[in-house]
Amino acid sequence: MTRWGWPGTQASRRSRGLQLFSMDLLLDAIVIGVLLGCFYGAVSLGLSVSFGLLDVPHVAHPAFLVMASYAVFFLNEQYGVDPLVAGVLITPILFVFGLAAYRLYYETFEKRGSDAGVRGIAFFFGVAFIIEVLIILQFGVDQRSVTAAYIGKAWRLGDIRIPFRLLVAFVVAGALTILLTLYLSRTFMGRAIRAVAQDQEALRLMGANPIRVKQWAFGIATAVLGVSGALLIIVAPVDPTLDRAYIGRTFCVVVMAGLGSISGTLVAAIILGVAESIVLTMFGASWAPAISFAMLLGVLAVRPQGLFGRRS
Amino acid sequence: MKRRTLLGGTIAAALLGLSPGADAQQPPIRIGMSMPLTGGLAGGGKASLLGIEIWRDNVNAKGGLLGRKVELVVYDDKSSASETPAIYSKLIDIDKVDLLFAPYATVPTAPIMPMVKQRGLLLIGNFSFQVNSKVGHDMWFNNAPWGPADSWAASFLDIAQKAGGKSIALLAADQEFAQNLAKTARELATKRNMPIVFDQAYPPNTVEFSSIVRAIKATKPDIVYVASYPPDSAGILRAVNEIGIGDSVKVFGGGMVGLQFGAVMENLGSLLNGVVNYNSWLPEKSMYFDGTKEFFETYAKRAVEAKVDPLGYYLAPFGYASGQLVEQAVNAVGSLDQKAIAKYLRENTHKTIVGPIAFSADGERKETAVLQAQFRGVVDKNMEQFRNAGKQVILFPENLRSGELIAPFEAARK
Repeated sequence: MTRWGWPGTQASRRSRGLQLFSMDLLLDAIVIGVLLGCFYGAVSLGLSVSFGLLDVPHVAHPAFLVMASYAVFFLNEQYGVDPLVAGVLITPILFVFGLAAYRLYYETFEKRGSDAGVRGIAFFFGVAFIIEVLIILQFGVDQRSVTAAYIGKAWRLGDIRIPFRLLVAFVVAGALTILLTLYLSRTFMGRAIRAVAQDQEALRLMGANPIRVKQWAFGIATAVLGVSGALLIIVAPVDPTLDRAYIGRTFCVVVMAGLGSISGTLVAAIILGVAESIVLTMFGASWAPAISFAMLLGVLAVRPQGLFGRRS
Repeated sequence: MKRRTLLGGTIAAALLGLSPGADAQQPPIRIGMSMPLTGGLAGGGKASLLGIEIWRDNVNAKGGLLGRKVELVVYDDKSSASETPAIYSKLIDIDKVDLLFAPYATVPTAPIMPMVKQRGLLLIGNFSFQVNSKVGHDMWFNNAPWGPADSWAASFLDIAQKAGGKSIALLAADQEFAQNLAKTARELATKRNMPIVFDQAYPPNTVEFSSIVRAIKATKPDIVYVASYPPDSAGILRAVNEIGIGDSVKVFGGGMVGLQFGAVMENLGSLLNGVVNYNSWLPEKSMYFDGTKEFFETYAKRAVEAKVDPLGYYLAPFGYASGQLVEQAVNAVGSLDQKAIAKYLRENTHKTIVGPIAFSADGERKETAVLQAQFRGVVDKNMEQFRNAGKQVILFPENLRSGELIAPFEAARK
């Protein structure tokens, strides 16, 4: 469809834009933006490990995420489990699923040579479609959402009202980031993951098996999706094809942060969330999706390694 | 002579012997269509298809059309406009179907219109909005109750103006259907000198509507007209509930797709209260016609097996009505001549389970039968409540009205 200009309303829109540029609205946009950014960060953290650290072209990451959301939905609907608790409950299952998924990917694709990157993308796209279809077969095509005390209510802060579900996203994203950062810097396995990301061959020379480390890391990246998936369905209803909407956003966050930087992922996501929210409030919703990619291009032009990346 | 009689007799006997089985021997009448069975529109597409399938089974149980069985050839278009042209080319050239039904919804239908017009084929539309307005195909007949292009927005604005509303905020999804709705509302508002204080299109895949709702609230509108698609309607209402839309708003809603579907309504529960929104069929007394009750009895049973909308009010009976339109026209014409069928459809009023249908020259309803109804007394997590009358009070059209508007919006939400 071709877009029409809004005849006659263009001028009024502009003046309204100025009038709308009031402080409280701007403040509101920033607060909502930070919270939204935390949510984006939380759903991108797993990808930051799998794509950022391991170089696995994991385009099925959002599909895994949606799958986790449906598992949370199932536990919430059938047994009345709180979505966040459900997210924690499914974490071990997702970890095992991640181990298996990486092994399959490694055996069928990564092991076989130099064009694995491109074929890997094909592999993960295939996996994403299979997951979509399986979800449709099991749950149908309808939107699903969960119930919890903190969904649908808001916290009044003067003139600002903050939805509780976004506050939950904020807290959980912070906690996840801290946990993951600690894990990668303080534990033996975490440091091994960082090592494999830096130099796989060196690890091999030390007598360690880099593939097992990568498999473990992929398991961790998938396990994180338990809680991320819970957030996804807490923040908004979920349908089987929602993953497509998140491929661009999550990759954008991870690349902008600098591949493999966990805390950078959260910061980049917050920058993105704030930018999107301000544009949405002040300049019109049509521009919002362009923002993430415009910012990504801008960042890559100035800092090719991403905002917090160390590697060139 | 004798031999001839014998021969004749043999032939006659052979023909007679054949005739009971002739239905089976004759090739079936094949109706081709694509349907969104996956993707964002699948919830509606599957329910619509079930409605059509129930018609097929009914008509086949009665002996078929022109003594031939009816068969449906259905492909999944994944809710995507880029899939449908190829699918319809295949239906026409390779499958060589006898009749065409359009897929559910505007977006997948729009790109097949030029092709269907060029080939001079009859197309029964399925709830698309204004896809024929620029194409001008004279063999297009839409099963939807929309009617004249601006009647939809007009009915909503009438209700809002009666409640004392003047300024209007427009929020529409950035795609064909919603933009068409917003456009008519924009034009009408300008014509009626109603100031438009907010006018924005939001992109598909918008996750969070808090910022948008806050921006609308800041403009203090009397009327908020929302044209949204199913994935977003829930997000918008949730944000409205959390952020609030302000006391100035008298009427909220209008063109929110999604609030007609059982699962969405069940999920949103009490968030729906107060919203005035369009609909096509509701279980109010005035909405029952010949066969309506029986249809929903069958539908309710089959919907469970098919895992589709258990209520199915919005699309399913209209899918069935599409079949009824074709059935009546083919029987009256006595052939599958598409020109003759189109002529019959254009010139007559047709009895269906959703009421009498008559078409104007553009293939849309002569008179609008779009309902505007207000959600009342809805509780959380209860699908069955929507089967009762009174949960969605019909405010428009006049002849089907079942109650009065409660305004302002915030008061109606309590």
